[in-house]
Amino acid sequence: MSGFTPNEMMTIAASRALKNDDVCFVGIGAPSAACNVARLTHAPDITLIYESGTIGTAPDVLPLSIGDGELCDTAVTTVSVPEMFRYWLQGGRISIGFLGAAQLDKFGNINTTVIGDYAHPKTRLPGGGGAPEIATSSKEIYITMAQTKRGMVEKIDFFTSFGHGDGGDHRQRLGIDTAGPTLLITDLAIWKPDPVSKEFTVVSLHPGVTRQQVQDTCGWVVKFADALEETPAPTTLELTTLRDLQARTKAAHEGSGKEKAA
Amino acid sequence: MVKFLPLKQAVAENLHDGDAVAFEGFTHLIPTAAAHEAIRQGFRDLTLIRMTPDLIYDQMIGMGMAKKIVFSYVGNPGVGLLRRARDSIENGFPRSIEIEEHSHAGMANAYEAGAAGLPCAVFRGYRGAGLVGVNPNIKSVTCPFTGEVLAAVPSIRPDVTFIHAQKADKKGNVLVEGIVGIQKEAVLAAKRAVVTVEEVVDDFDDLHPNLTVLPRWTIAAISVVPGGSHPSYTHGYYARDNAAYLEWDEIAADRDKFQAWMQANVIERTADDFAARVEHLRSAA
Repeated sequence: MSGFTPNEMMTIAASRALKNDDVCFVGIGAPSAACNVARLTHAPDITLIYESGTIGTAPDVLPLSIGDGELCDTAVTTVSVPEMFRYWLQGGRISIGFLGAAQLDKFGNINTTVIGDYAHPKTRLPGGGGAPEIATSSKEIYITMAQTKRGMVEKIDFFTSFGHGDGGDHRQRLGIDTAGPTLLITDLAIWKPDPVSKEFTVVSLHPGVTRQQVQDTCGWVVKFADALEETPAPTTLELTTLRDLQARTKAAHEGSGKEKAA
Repeated sequence: MVKFLPLKQAVAENLHDGDAVAFEGFTHLIPTAAAHEAIRQGFRDLTLIRMTPDLIYDQMIGMGMAKKIVFSYVGNPGVGLLRRARDSIENGFPRSIEIEEHSHAGMANAYEAGAAGLPCAVFRGYRGAGLVGVNPNIKSVTCPFTGEVLAAVPSIRPDVTFIHAQKADKKGNVLVEGIVGIQKEAVLAAKRAVVTVEEVVDDFDDLHPNLTVLPRWTIAAISVVPGGSHPSYTHGYYARDNAAYLEWDEIAADRDKFQAWMQANVIERTADDFAARVEHLRSAA
């Protein structure tokens, strides 16, 4: 299929990374769209979990918040928030934690807390919510965000969620036994951490994207894999699924919930 | 023992200047009507505790009622930032506030510890997180059996907790269902609890035996306020007013617009106005 936006490519590429048997802790925004496209295409049995306690949810429209009624209505079960974080996340039941980021560095550390100094911030962002523990208790972390120089920076202003720290074996040195960020999907490329340094490296460019474009929208000097691939373009099924989902979502949210009650 | 009271009286009897108070609701069952009543009564110097402060704390902070907030996500869920809270943190307007910031896991564990009568919560958290360096209430303990270093935070023990719930029976037992969030823990952790409900029914005899029911002797006061969680929602009664959350982003962006909105929609209103606000959200409930 020809004609798709970079954001659509990002969401679809992210959806492809999810498997049918994954148990995925879903962050709101871009991760939520990707996880539901996966569920509606190649991974119908994927378990999606939102931090409101909804386990195995299958929303017809994307939730605006992590706790929309739709999530509970379609879930296998809904548990309390302490149970969510203690038994299911801390208990090691989550295979993939899927996060977005306001600021990201090349080692997959995420800042969603402040721009500027913590005590006297230039911009006070919402903060971590569930992310600090999602980042360390999920078996692996996928990150998705659109590339900008403001978002992908050499040095983040605050360590909301720990990725690979300063790189290398920093996680192990802190006693963190999970893999951390293993995949970054942007609107331009797919990145994976270098096996040793843990620095995110571009392994695949989306169709029509140049190396220069990736570098121009990233605040650190980008490393590219020797065998650089091209991300397959969205299929008709993927694109139709995503667009239908977004159209249903838009109608539901703008209509004051008239179409879908609690 | 629980009393059925008009909301105005329930708030006046249970909330005081300087209290540490939790108005809880994890996206669902947010006690908006109770918060608006507290705003009308003009309490000062409150310590506002909540995992996701949301619109009602944005409103209370914007009205200058808070001296401190304890939170884990100071955002408008799914929309963006809380602009009155930002104005207070970034510019000290209308007053500066102290902040104590946690993760959701930290707050959830701390409420649970409060309900369990423990002085602190112990869990595997905050590893590599910057909050450890800026919140002196995040400490660590070493497991005496394995040697693992774990996070410790003080338990949360509010002076008073407000929640919204589906219904009470005539005796004052309260049912919470759907996304139960932190409602039960927030009530049991507090010295006093006030619950607003959609309705009162004769009894709970037809309910499933394992539903979340707060026995009447755990609650100080119940007020019947249909629609009382709008623009949040009450599962089985009405849907979340997502459009209102989107609109709030614009209202709260401007100090004067905010004040005008608060005057027209909170100060000059009563708890009885909530029922009409959810009429259009009830259709398929």
